[in-house]
Amino acid sequence: MRNLAEARLPQKPRTEREDAAQAGRIAPLIPAKASRFADRAFSGAMLFCGLSLLIIVALIVFELVLQSRPSLHAFSWRFFTAKSWDPVSGDFGALPFIYGTIVSSLVALLLAIPLSIGVAVFITEMCPKPVRGTISFLTELLAAIPSVVYGLWAIFVLAPLLRGYVQPWLARYFGWTGLFSGPPFGIGMLASGMILAIMIVPIIASITREVLTAVPQQQREAVLALGATRWEMIRVGVLRNARTGIVGAIILGLGRALGETMAVTMVIGNTPQIAKSLFAPGYTMASVIANEFTEATGDLYLSALVEIGLGLFLVTIVVNILAGLLVWSVTRGMPARARA
Amino acid sequence: MPENSITPETSAPGFLPERSQSDQRLLDFRRRVTDRLATGFAILMAVLVVAPLLAVFGYLVVRGVGSLNLAFFTRLPVPVGEQGGGVANAIVGSVMILGIASIIGVPWGIGAGIYLAEYGRGSFAAVLRFTADVLNGVPSIVIGIVAYALVVLPQKHFSALSGGVALGIMMIPTITRATEEVLLLVPLAIREAAWGLGVARWRSTLSVTLRTASAGVITAVMLAFARIAGETAPLLFTAFGNQFWNLNPNQPTAALPLQLFVYAISPFDEWHRLAWACALVLIVLIVGAVAAVRLAASHGMMRAS
Amino acid sequence: MGVGVEVEKLNAWFGATQALYDVAMKVPANHATAVIGPSGCGKSTFVRCLNRMHETVRDARLEGNVRIGSMEVYGNGTSAVEVRRRVGMVFQKPNPFPTMSIYDNVASGLKLNGFHNRRVLDEVVERSLHMAALWDEVKDSLKKKSGASLSGGQQQRLCIARALAVQPEVMLMDEPASALDPISTSKIEELIFQLKEQYTIVIVTHNMQQAARVAEYTGFFLMGKLIEFDKTEKIFTNPSDKRTEDYITGRFG
Repeated sequence: MRNLAEARLPQKPRTEREDAAQAGRIAPLIPAKASRFADRAFSGAMLFCGLSLLIIVALIVFELVLQSRPSLHAFSWRFFTAKSWDPVSGDFGALPFIYGTIVSSLVALLLAIPLSIGVAVFITEMCPKPVRGTISFLTELLAAIPSVVYGLWAIFVLAPLLRGYVQPWLARYFGWTGLFSGPPFGIGMLASGMILAIMIVPIIASITREVLTAVPQQQREAVLALGATRWEMIRVGVLRNARTGIVGAIILGLGRALGETMAVTMVIGNTPQIAKSLFAPGYTMASVIANEFTEATGDLYLSALVEIGLGLFLVTIVVNILAGLLVWSVTRGMPARARA
Repeated sequence: MPENSITPETSAPGFLPERSQSDQRLLDFRRRVTDRLATGFAILMAVLVVAPLLAVFGYLVVRGVGSLNLAFFTRLPVPVGEQGGGVANAIVGSVMILGIASIIGVPWGIGAGIYLAEYGRGSFAAVLRFTADVLNGVPSIVIGIVAYALVVLPQKHFSALSGGVALGIMMIPTITRATEEVLLLVPLAIREAAWGLGVARWRSTLSVTLRTASAGVITAVMLAFARIAGETAPLLFTAFGNQFWNLNPNQPTAALPLQLFVYAISPFDEWHRLAWACALVLIVLIVGAVAAVRLAASHGMMRAS
Repeated sequence: MGVGVEVEKLNAWFGATQALYDVAMKVPANHATAVIGPSGCGKSTFVRCLNRMHETVRDARLEGNVRIGSMEVYGNGTSAVEVRRRVGMVFQKPNPFPTMSIYDNVASGLKLNGFHNRRVLDEVVERSLHMAALWDEVKDSLKKKSGASLSGGQQQRLCIARALAVQPEVMLMDEPASALDPISTSKIEELIFQLKEQYTIVIVTHNMQQAARVAEYTGFFLMGKLIEFDKTEKIFTNPSDKRTEDYITGRFG
């Protein structure tokens, strides 16, 4: 039923009606000409609303490119590979932010994937009926909490927790990897990765739930009839069939993590550096824009920040398109429901 | 004997290699253990997911509820060191900014949704749908930059208007897709009933189709509203914030999430206390709205999405 | 060699609705037994009680005894996994695993049961496909084609091969040919004819001619009760119960 436009308004009754109205037999509802004009005006207005989606996206690209011209001219593509971010001397390089964005998002994914798939499998395959509604409801509520509130909680609850317990423990047993060295500040790459993980779990989980539910019951029964345990049934009959969609869900979560601003800004430490340790403070593309946009002195500085915004925009577009294609191929066009 | 019949050598089942009883028992045990472990893991994951939610709520209530007094809701912020400040201007400012955002985003979004459901055809509509999904995924801070370029730069000052523009743009794709879905759920028979009566298309779309789907559309609008009510990033350089009262949409304006951010990253304990209170208010309003909407939807009202 | 299935005082419910009333039946070993009756009479439910698939439905309940050979299906120490390993099931709509190749489909039950040796798998897959009369058609694309890329009739034979691979003793078939075209249907019936020499087969069918062609014994169900169970010949030429006669002659159903 995608195309209601095809179901056209029948013309004939109106003409008969008009005849009847003209012959004085019945009163005209609306003068025919006026109603045709109103129809056209209305559909034109709706068309404009629809077209404006394209216009807005075009406008975004246009403004981003326009406002970053000074920086594009000055640094061209080396901007994204240069390491130093020095507003004072006017030398701008975005690599530390790209690094920070990627690492924090990766940490978030690593933590979020088992959590999301686990809770999705629990809700759809294992959960007893009365509890199911509550757990899925709570998971969806997680998505409603604003980023800045997560950030507040991360500063005053998560970071001290990391500083006092988690980081010393990690440093003692896994410090040899080089990932957990340096003073345990609490805030830093690890904290931002963790709070990001909490934030993207609801998205990945809800889409995973959709693709898991879309697996036909006959597949589950086929595996059970072969003499499989419940976990084997889930593994072979459900997860395996849904794997494309699950990958799509994960990439969608990645897309969200890449663009997340406030919570990350509040606990990442805002230091433009590339460090191996997850304890070290860092900086992401979204954070530097948030922090320095209003302080930017001079056109070059501001345009450098906008160029970072342009890069962020392009990356998230590509990631989201990829994710959308994967999820669409499994659920045939239902993604909007899960992402709202 | 037909072509594909059983070959003589395999006339008896029992072609699987023999397995000792103890081997079989061991295998069965391992499979049972794996099943239990997997179940335990899934339960653990569910607990770990729900725990932060409860933790966030818990801390907000514990740390924030004490600061929720009349002064909080009615007074302006006071300088550091003084007691008794409030966030009244931020509340009013948020209302103003969200109002502007809704005026921009809601009609536009519903209009685009109506277009996609009622008028759109074939690949053009598919492109628009795709664009809406793309727009949904754009980070909010990038939208903020665009609003800055479109409104703040020409005006040469920050304003609630620019903040409203940013948030309004963010509302559009969510409302569009959800409206389209709800409208498509309205049976063709209802539309045909209206047309058969001689009602003009535009009228039937608004008064009949849209009205039938109104519960779902309202839900979608509320969810979109709840989503942007907590947005901070785009406001950082559009509305910018304001220490004082401001009812002029063309001036920098305070907003509750903005104020929360400023208080949270400050070094002052007093401001931290206020930050928790702001967060509690935001959560109660936003999560409360979302929870109410989802509960109502599950009780049989037409779903938005 | 197949074993017999003995059912005693079987009652089954879906929530509060009772679907089976005091069903008692002795399914003889190494024969094909057809289960016939009008829609909704409980024949599918009955068969699904035999391999404990009934309990996978929410709020489903069951009372009574089922014995496969000497194993108490619903006994205290018996796990559903054990039962289902000894009983193979073929469903109404073919359901091969779409993400697996033909080879992997047939081998899936074996891998679950801990057989990973390549040579064993190769051999069993080939034998199972032979027995399901599918080998010649797929032997060149065993690992290249996915299970779902075959035609409907081939898919169903693939599902039969998959079920046979784990060496069951009883084969349950729930209207296996109802979703297929006549040619595939006759191929499947041929198959059942050959398989029943080694397995005990219970086949649910709404097609009386199919029951007459394929099965030596037939049970007639009506509204959850087993009305009559006897040699197929007798059921179709000289039924003892009037209700059976009415159904056979087409007065209802």
